[in-house]
Amino acid sequence: MNVKRRVAVVGAGITLFRRRLKETGKELSYLAANAALESAGMTMDDIDCVVMGTAPDAFDGIHMKADNLLDGAGATRKPYSRVYVGGGTGVFSPIGGWWHIASGLFDTCLVVAEEKMSPCIPHPQTAFRTIWDPIITRPLNPNLVWIFALEMNRYMKTYNIPKEHIAMVAVKNKGNALDHPSAQLAAKITVEDVLNSETMVWPVQRLDISPPSDGAAALVLTSEDVARKFTDAPVWIDGVGWSLDSAYWTNRDLCFPQYVAEAAKMAYKMAKITDPPKEVDFAEPYDPFTYKELHHMEGLLLAKKGEAPKLTAEGVTQRDGDLPMCPSGGLLGVGNPIAAAGLMKCCEMFWQLRNEAGKRQVSGAETGVAQAWGDLMQVGTVTVFRR
Amino acid sequence: MTVAIVGVGHTSFQSTTPDISFKEQMFEAAVKAYEDAGVNPRKDIASFLTAAEDYYEGYSIFDEFVPDQLGAVLRPVCTIGGDGLLALINGVMQIETGLFDVVAIEAHSKASDILTFPGIVTHGLDPIYNRAFNVHPYFVAGLEMRRYLHETGTTREQCAAVVVKNKQNALSNPSAAFAAKMTMDDVMNSEFVSDPLTRRDISPLADGVIVMVLASEEKAKQLSDHPVWLKGVGWCSDTPWIESRTWSAAEYARLAAERAYKMAGIKNPQKQIAFAEVDDWFSYKELQHIEALGLCENGEAGKLSEQGNFSRNGKLPVNVSGGRIGAGNLLEASALQSVLECVLQLQGQAGKRQVKDAETAVAQSWRGVPTATGCVAVLSSEL
Amino acid sequence: MSEKVKDLRGTRLSAADLESKDTITFRGRPNAKYAWSAGIAYTKYLEELKNGRIVGRRCRQCDRVLVPPRMFCEQCFRATDEWVYVKGTGKINTYSISYLDADANRIKTPILVAVVDLDGASPGIGILHKLGNVDIEKIHVGMPVQAVWKPTNEREGSVTDILYFEPIKEE
Repeated sequence: MNVKRRVAVVGAGITLFRRRLKETGKELSYLAANAALESAGMTMDDIDCVVMGTAPDAFDGIHMKADNLLDGAGATRKPYSRVYVGGGTGVFSPIGGWWHIASGLFDTCLVVAEEKMSPCIPHPQTAFRTIWDPIITRPLNPNLVWIFALEMNRYMKTYNIPKEHIAMVAVKNKGNALDHPSAQLAAKITVEDVLNSETMVWPVQRLDISPPSDGAAALVLTSEDVARKFTDAPVWIDGVGWSLDSAYWTNRDLCFPQYVAEAAKMAYKMAKITDPPKEVDFAEPYDPFTYKELHHMEGLLLAKKGEAPKLTAEGVTQRDGDLPMCPSGGLLGVGNPIAAAGLMKCCEMFWQLRNEAGKRQVSGAETGVAQAWGDLMQVGTVTVFRR
Repeated sequence: MTVAIVGVGHTSFQSTTPDISFKEQMFEAAVKAYEDAGVNPRKDIASFLTAAEDYYEGYSIFDEFVPDQLGAVLRPVCTIGGDGLLALINGVMQIETGLFDVVAIEAHSKASDILTFPGIVTHGLDPIYNRAFNVHPYFVAGLEMRRYLHETGTTREQCAAVVVKNKQNALSNPSAAFAAKMTMDDVMNSEFVSDPLTRRDISPLADGVIVMVLASEEKAKQLSDHPVWLKGVGWCSDTPWIESRTWSAAEYARLAAERAYKMAGIKNPQKQIAFAEVDDWFSYKELQHIEALGLCENGEAGKLSEQGNFSRNGKLPVNVSGGRIGAGNLLEASALQSVLECVLQLQGQAGKRQVKDAETAVAQSWRGVPTATGCVAVLSSEL
Repeated sequence: MSEKVKDLRGTRLSAADLESKDTITFRGRPNAKYAWSAGIAYTKYLEELKNGRIVGRRCRQCDRVLVPPRMFCEQCFRATDEWVYVKGTGKINTYSISYLDADANRIKTPILVAVVDLDGASPGIGILHKLGNVDIEKIHVGMPVQAVWKPTNEREGSVTDILYFEPIKEE
């Protein structure tokens, strides 16, 4: 199957990411949307339709929250869709925008991702109490971190991975985030700091985890013709992919994210990438936990199974390495307002590929890959951007 | 546009289904839809979309629990946070990109699992401005109905006639949950929920699942002898601020219809549309939506409805299926119930309630209180 | 953030700001209650747990035994065929040690969590449960464990009718 129309990214915007922001969800959506429109030299009048990405309603505490957020996202009296795949939503929202334009129905689309996790008390984690199967899982009173610890342990045991190598992801990403003005948890830390940090759910320690955050991000997408009118340097969405695995996660081998591999294969096929480690210049794999960056590098077929930790230890994934991972600082460094964090990765690709990333700039970047992950360790969403 | 519906499957619609889980219901509807389309989901379907809202389900991230029973494991699957018609429209766009040729759409209601429905609807109101009143959230509909009646001169009796008609239509729909022979007095004398809105003006909740298979032109011609073509689609959200809306008219539906009609080449809907399935969450909403779709002049729908214009044997039948009021309020799935009825009618498969010589139909949806969001699709048996 | 964009948007609030009078919040708790239908597969699963047994479903086409049971096979997309009892024993597939409760509060005595691959189910078919009566230092992937059940008269048809899994003493 061949895609009929090429879709460009012509603008990107983002807010601060913080544990709490004073702005409401609507206001955050507005700030990010407006920043993206300004960067594209456009106004809302130029926009045909809006796609919203935002994760569980239980954070904001509003049923059908996309309907509440829509005026902030500029969607009043416009066609408006919310696409939703749990934690994978951030990278999925530009995929939703992509099909609005690639279908030929629209020429311009504003993609907004918002997350306001702070209203949920006593802790945003409380919202995660309701993601479980109510009959067979909720009676055990699970905490979300449990299942990631189970996955991490399985991954470590299967490939005999030392915790030190995993800890390097936190050191790298928090360090990269020092150059990201939106960042919530930028820091210069050491492997020892990570290994000595409080154990939350073994083997997950405090510095292995990204924080809950408030924030928003936005992209402006257009058809090829329209892109040329607004910019000399459009960034192209050349590959999209997504895949959802079984809900019965205790029936799957957690050592490899097959759903990410399926999504990546779909995106690479569309982008005509046959040798990902050679043809991809940098990536923004989803890193809500340290081990996830490694797990996802393997899922993205950028490293062989079990080998991402070694590449990380060798410095390959540093910003000046051969295959930089999360030059933005990722969720571990910039913060994790869930859907907005995923879209932040796509914003980063836009800036990198336009050579606008300042101190974070990866040299010679022509092809980037962003990926997010979500549901019950179950969904992979992947985009390939090119300059 | 060249996308067609090539298979439909659904459960019956029932007021409660305590013996079976939503997964088992989805499996039933999916098997029927895939059988109708002659496809194997593990091989032939490229993408799956479901319409769901977390608080209706009682899950955060309901997306987690859909792939297994749809045959969608390790395939492109996503949730659309909207009604079934919005999911369908997103599926249409996916096919139109050229990336996919066959796509499945699912929408469902397991409303009987919800113990505190008014509490859920209240949770949809703006937390700062609209939630503090401690009143049934259908007050929003009461406000809207009052203003609509006031501005258009429509009467409560004319709204009641919608209820009588839709319950009556449902008697010929074997899948309907709330078919009844009801009189005007039954409706007029039922108790007020939010004056002027009475209990009988409100569609009762039901459970049910609907699955549809969409295909590109080439694939549709291979798969089906009776594909139903999507000629135009439109969708729109008006302001989320209930205080600053146009209460008297459904602006979102008018704007969505404008887009869909333009795409479908419909210039005179009253002449070109053979029948319509519109949202009737509340009786007066059917009238508002008929007007927004241009199926009569503004403010005339009540009078025409009373005169039988929109009855099954009338000039322009509306909600022959029974709509939400007769077939049951399936939450996000009622939008697909409207499409389902159009498909069955256009294929000549509607049995006792078959509308004669229908070639083009319109399906319209609304997401309920407190939204001003909805979709429109124009469907035809001819490409 | 692009180097071309200089202004940062958003106003940070600290925990202290939240307590201050200048910051207004509106508190509410959703009235959202549900009675989820267990359906055919889970009803049988829960009824059998009450009887001290674990039941799964077999798909004859792929010849897998699925636990927890379901009425459809997600791989073959067909109805599963028969009920199959599996053992209350198995091996630890993976485990973790939680110092957080469900609301992310710190707890002193950790909760031990595991995915247990059950004997009699197909390879890799596990269930989530807790571990008990075990030395933390000795827990390992592959460790043989067995279900410890609540006394018969205290069972209520829930996954918690199994209290936890404990190590089987290796001979």
